[in-house]
Order: sequence, then C-alpha cells, then structure tokens
Amino acid sequence: MIPLTHFLVVGACLFAIGLYAVLARRNAILVLVGIELMINAAILNLVAFGRYDKTMYGGQVFALFAIVLAAAAVAVALAIILNVYKFYRSVNPEDIKNLKD
Amino acid sequence: MNITALVFYVFATLAIGSALLLVSMRNIARSLFLFFIVLFSVAGLYVFALADFVAITQILVYVGGVLILMLFAFMLSNKELLNDLQIGTSHFFALPTWQSLVIAVSFLAILVYTSLQLGADEPGWIAASREAGTVLTPTDQTIQHIGVQIMTRYLLPFEIVSVLLMMALIGAAHLTRKEATS
Repeated sequence: MIPLTHFLVVGACLFAIGLYAVLARRNAILVLVGIELMINAAILNLVAFGRYDKTMYGGQVFALFAIVLAAAAVAVALAIILNVYKFYRSVNPEDIKNLKD
Repeated sequence: MNITALVFYVFATLAIGSALLLVSMRNIARSLFLFFIVLFSVAGLYVFALADFVAITQILVYVGGVLILMLFAFMLSNKELLNDLQIGTSHFFALPTWQSLVIAVSFLAILVYTSLQLGADEPGWIAASREAGTVLTPTDQTIQHIGVQIMTRYLLPFEIVSVLLMMALIGAAHLTRKEATS
C-alpha cells in the first residue's frame, strides 16, 4: 500500500506546475490548463485522504463533485475566451484591459 | 520494492514530467496533447488510491469532454492564437518568468514541507480509522457504496451540483449566442 505522503508530494508538484502555468503563460487557454492542473492536484489529495474513510466515502464523493464543477467551469471559461477573442482579436490576458466596450 | 510501488512511481513521474513539458512548450497544440497524458496518468494514480470509479469518471469527463472542448476552442480561433506571445510588458497575470518560477517553487516547498510533517504526526481521525479497521482495502466493492451514499447522505450537494451544472450550460450557450441583428 502506497503511503499517504507520496500522494501528497505528487499533488504538491502538480499544483506548483499549474500555478506556474497560470502566472507565466501568456495565452488564456494555457492559463485554463494550469487551473485544471491545480484542480487535479486537489482531487488527488481528496482521493488519497478518502482511502481512510470507508464508512462515509466523503473523499471520493466530493472528488466526483469537484470533477463536475471543473467541467462546468471549463465550458463557461471557453465560451468567454472565444467571445474575448472575437472582440479583441487576441487571447493574451495582458491585452484585455477594459471592462466596458 | 514491489511491482505496485514501481507502477505508482512510473505514473507519478509520467504525470509530473509531462506537466513540466506542458508548461515549457511553445506550441499550444502539443501542450494540449501533453495534457492528455497528464490526465491519463493522474487517473492511474486515482486507481492506486483505491478510487476506481473516480478514475473512470476522470477519463470520461476530462479526456472525453473537457479536452475535446479545449481542442475545439483552440482550432475555432484563428492562427494568431497558435503563437504564445512571450514579448511585451508585464501586468498582474503574466509576470516575468523568473518571478512566477520563484512563486511556484516557494509554494512547492511549503506544500512538500507540510506533507512531510503530516507523515510524522498524522491526524487523529486517520489513526482512529486505522484502529477501527475502516481503511479501504483493494478487494472492497466501492462503486455500490458510493452510489448509495450519493443518494442518501450526499443528496443535497448532489442536487446543488446538478442545478449549478445546468446554470453553467445555459450560461455558456447564452455567451456564445450570435447577436440578434435588429
């Protein structure tokens, strides 16, 4: 049986890589991929702790809910990115400066 | 080292290695296909945490839905989107590379330090569950129990998530709608 700490270290690595992608990349789609990486690291932690919860299965059930929420977030975010691209002709987050038209 | 631990470390290095390659690659199409590999290997890690249903859901939802959606968005917008521009002045989101590297590495250090601390003194409920024998074993039937728990104990979060999913779908459809020409 794999120790809990190994799961947590792998999750920490994935989270740090996702944070780097969010901060450093200049493309909105890759920023979104970074957010997905961070969500995956969080789900890995939920599932790893859920192994010790045989009576209520809280970790696994909330991992399922987190996957659904991430999918909904991606659908809305991609719609927004496509609209922003239509308006600004760019997906670089630096170019998007105005809140109104 | 037995074969289980070996396969676990293969999946872990595959996930972390392709994630590192993903953030360092200029070509977005290649990064998206590397994201495929990351998601598959993270699903493999879920299996090692004895959550096979979550692993299958990960493959169905992420690889079958989210990634296809991202590839659509990537290919629907034109050629300018293909270039990841690395020039220009920096604002809040796009920090210079070394600053974001410093932030990410310090976050990694904090998280790894905390996980190692947790290995030294584990929380009380984990020790209690180990004593009571309620730790999952590889021969347990988890899927049936997850279904029963979702429909009884976690019914309220389940309903809230379903309403939120419908709101997100309606919102996405509204956002991408063509403007009515009046």
